[in-house]
Formats: sequence, structure tokens, C-alpha cells
Amino acid sequence: MLPALTEIILLSLQVSGIALLFSTIIGIPLGAIMGLHRFKGRKLVIALLYTGMGFPPVVVGLFVYILLSRSGFLGSLNWSFIPSLFTPGAMIIAQTIISFPLVAGFTMAAVMGVDPNLRQQVISLGATSRQAVWTVLMEAKVGVMVSIIAGFGGIISEVGAVMLVGGNIEGKTRVLTTAIVLETRKGNFDLALALGGVLLLLSFIANVAMLRLQGKAFDE
Amino acid sequence: MKTETLYSIKDLRKCYEERCILQLQHFEIFRGEILALVGPSGAGKSSLLRMLNFLETPTEGTIEFEGFTYHSGLEAPLEIRRRVTTVFQRPVLLNRSVWDNVAFGLELRGNRDAKGEIHSALEKVGLANLARQRARTLSGGEAQRVALARALVLKPDILLMDEPTANLDPANVTIIEQIAADLNKSSGTTLVLVTHNIFQAKRLAHRISFILEGQLIELGSNHDFFTSPKDLRTKAFIGGEMVY
Repeated sequence: MLPALTEIILLSLQVSGIALLFSTIIGIPLGAIMGLHRFKGRKLVIALLYTGMGFPPVVVGLFVYILLSRSGFLGSLNWSFIPSLFTPGAMIIAQTIISFPLVAGFTMAAVMGVDPNLRQQVISLGATSRQAVWTVLMEAKVGVMVSIIAGFGGIISEVGAVMLVGGNIEGKTRVLTTAIVLETRKGNFDLALALGGVLLLLSFIANVAMLRLQGKAFDE
Repeated sequence: MKTETLYSIKDLRKCYEERCILQLQHFEIFRGEILALVGPSGAGKSSLLRMLNFLETPTEGTIEFEGFTYHSGLEAPLEIRRRVTTVFQRPVLLNRSVWDNVAFGLELRGNRDAKGEIHSALEKVGLANLARQRARTLSGGEAQRVALARALVLKPDILLMDEPTANLDPANVTIIEQIAADLNKSSGTTLVLVTHNIFQAKRLAHRISFILEGQLIELGSNHDFFTSPKDLRTKAFIGGEMVY
């Protein structure tokens, strides 16, 4: 059981870790743009973002399933870099779609919470546009870190999407949440609870690590 | 004083949506002078200052600055922008130490080894003893002095000050005025000062311009402005008869 459990834990961390990385790469710049710039259609994008933040993972899973299936829009293209259904790649795509609106939405809120005059004053001190945006993000770093934590929390504990697009295949796409569902259905409540404990512990360790990364920001 | 033109403003208009708040036909700022822009709130003084710092573009007209012509839709090059900085009425300091706030502008320029300059700037504003303190724990007067130090350390050619002493106690007002005057005298830094306070303008400025409802009403030397104003509205403003 132990090697299998290790494999499940590692796959859970790998899938959610990579999805979180993609979500951060997409979500933080998107959140910064939404928070700092005013443009036509911004309200519509914000409404879509907020909708994305509350999107049921199982529905995201369904969309990704349809897209990646052989007759689906992406699956029918047969491009080598598009992952097939029931692979970790498909799970990463689904989790990225679940997570990036959370990262972007919370980043936007954090950036909007920074004094709007700061950016102008920083530019007056000789900052380039990029330096000014970076400075605002650094001022909002607690909120930005919360956005990443929220993004991670949204996917590490998610079961609907990974079950649909991953298929819970032993040794291939089985992660902690799908394993818990399986063991519960089999009546192995002790094992299911133990897996649940591992999931909670992983989530706790990841959050503490992220808080440590941002140094003393929470103490200020 | 030599009158070498630093800024030359021509047919300038600044409008926000339908509302035009500033219209200047011809206006010059000379190198090495202290120019005060006085006038009631909403006269367009701060908007002019933001354009002089290249933070906002004119809606129409031009600002000539040492061979560079600033006009609508144009972004000023970084090397031009970095010659000018502003001390704002309400400084927003970074959530860092006082020292790091003063070092910030230098870091933007890739200068991370300027301990002497930072210390000297903090000494000038009398805050060397608070260097390690978090900037957001400072009083209003101290925060404004940090804002002044972070501008001073950059050794700008032009320092713009937007109501730098509004709402400050007399001690802080004196310190800031003294530093501004010394900077102009010792380094020849051009100062443009926006103020409601005509007494402050009288104490500091070589020339004073009175702006009302976006129009330049009067521009003259400190002496002429106060002793022989040409416009009745200037007289009313100086005499405190203008309600604002």
C-alpha cells in the first residue's frame, strides 16, 4: 500500500503543482491588468472572472472532457502537445481552468486595495511601467499570496474534474481525492480517512510554506 | 539670475472628458528658479504639475523641454522623465523601512550602492534616527520629509512640489521650506511649487504665477506680484478677498 500511496501523493502534488504554476503565470498578470487598467469591456471580463471563481469543478471537467475527447474540438486535432483524456495532462488542464480565475480575481482585489496614487508617485520617482506594476504587486504581496493559496486550495481538494478527465486509473491518474472516493465506495473508511488526513496535511504544509516564502509580510 | 528657458509651454489645454480645466497660451519656466503656482482649488495647478513631470499628456498644445516636445499621445522618454520628480501633497510611502523608501528611486535606476547619499538625504530632512523604522508608522510631517528625502536623493534637475506643506505643523513647514530653499541655492535645482499659501510663495519663490479657473491671470517677480499686481483678481487673491 505504501508505494501506491506515495505514488498517489506525488501525482496529486505534481498535477496540482503544475496547474497552480500555470494558473499563477496566467492569473497574476491578468489580475494586475484588471486591477490597474481601465478599458472597454473591463466589467464584462470581471463578471466572467467572478463567474470562473465560482465555477463548479465538475462542469469544468465536463467541458474539458468534451474538448479532449476524440470527437472534441481539441482531441480531433491530434496535435502531440494536446494531452489525451485520462492522462495527468488532461487533469492539469482542468485544474488550471478551475484555479486561474481564483488567482486572477484575488490578485485583482489585492491590487485594487493598494493606494491608487502609489503608481503615479512611483512613476514620478523614475519607474518604468513594468517597474511600477511590479512595485504595486509587491505592495499587494499579502493579497497576491492569498490568491495563490486560494488557487491551490481550490484544486488540491477538487474531485469532480479530475475524476471525469483523469478517470481515477490506478498507477496513472489516481490522486488523493479520487482515491478517497474510491475507498469510501468500497467501504474502506479507515483508509479513506487516512487519505483525507494526508490531504489535509499536504494542504497545511503547502500553505505554511507559502506563508514562509513571503517572509514577514503577515506580521506587518 | 540668468533666464534660460527650461520649459516652454505653448497653447496648452488639458481637458478631462468634456471639461477643460487648464488653458495656457504661453508660459515659460526658467532654469534654476523657484516658481510658485498659486490659486484656488480646482484652478488647474496640480494638473500642470503632472504634465511638467510627464505623468499626463496635454490634450492640446505642447510643452518644450530641452529639445523634447511633449504633446498629446506621446510618452516622454525615461531619461527625460528621470530628470524631474514630484513631492506630492499626500505622499504614499512603500510598506518598507524609511531607509528603503529613500533608496527606492535609486534602485529603480540600478543603483544599489548609495548608502552615503541615502544617509545624507535622511540627515537633511532630520530623519536619520528613524532610518530603520517602518515608513507607515510615521506622522504626516515625518512622512512628507521622507517623501522629500526620496526625491532629494535622486538629485533631480527639476523638483516639483504639490502643496508639500498642506496640513503640516509649523515646525515641519519650516523644515521643508528651508530644505527647498537650500536645494535651490546650493544645487541650482529648479523648483516649481504649487501652493494655496501666498505667504509661502512670498517666502520661497523668485517668480509667482496666479492661476484661476485654468487661466494664467498674472505672472511676475515676487516683488512685483505683491507690490504692484496688474489684475484686480490677483489683488483680491493677495488681499484674501477671494473666497476659495
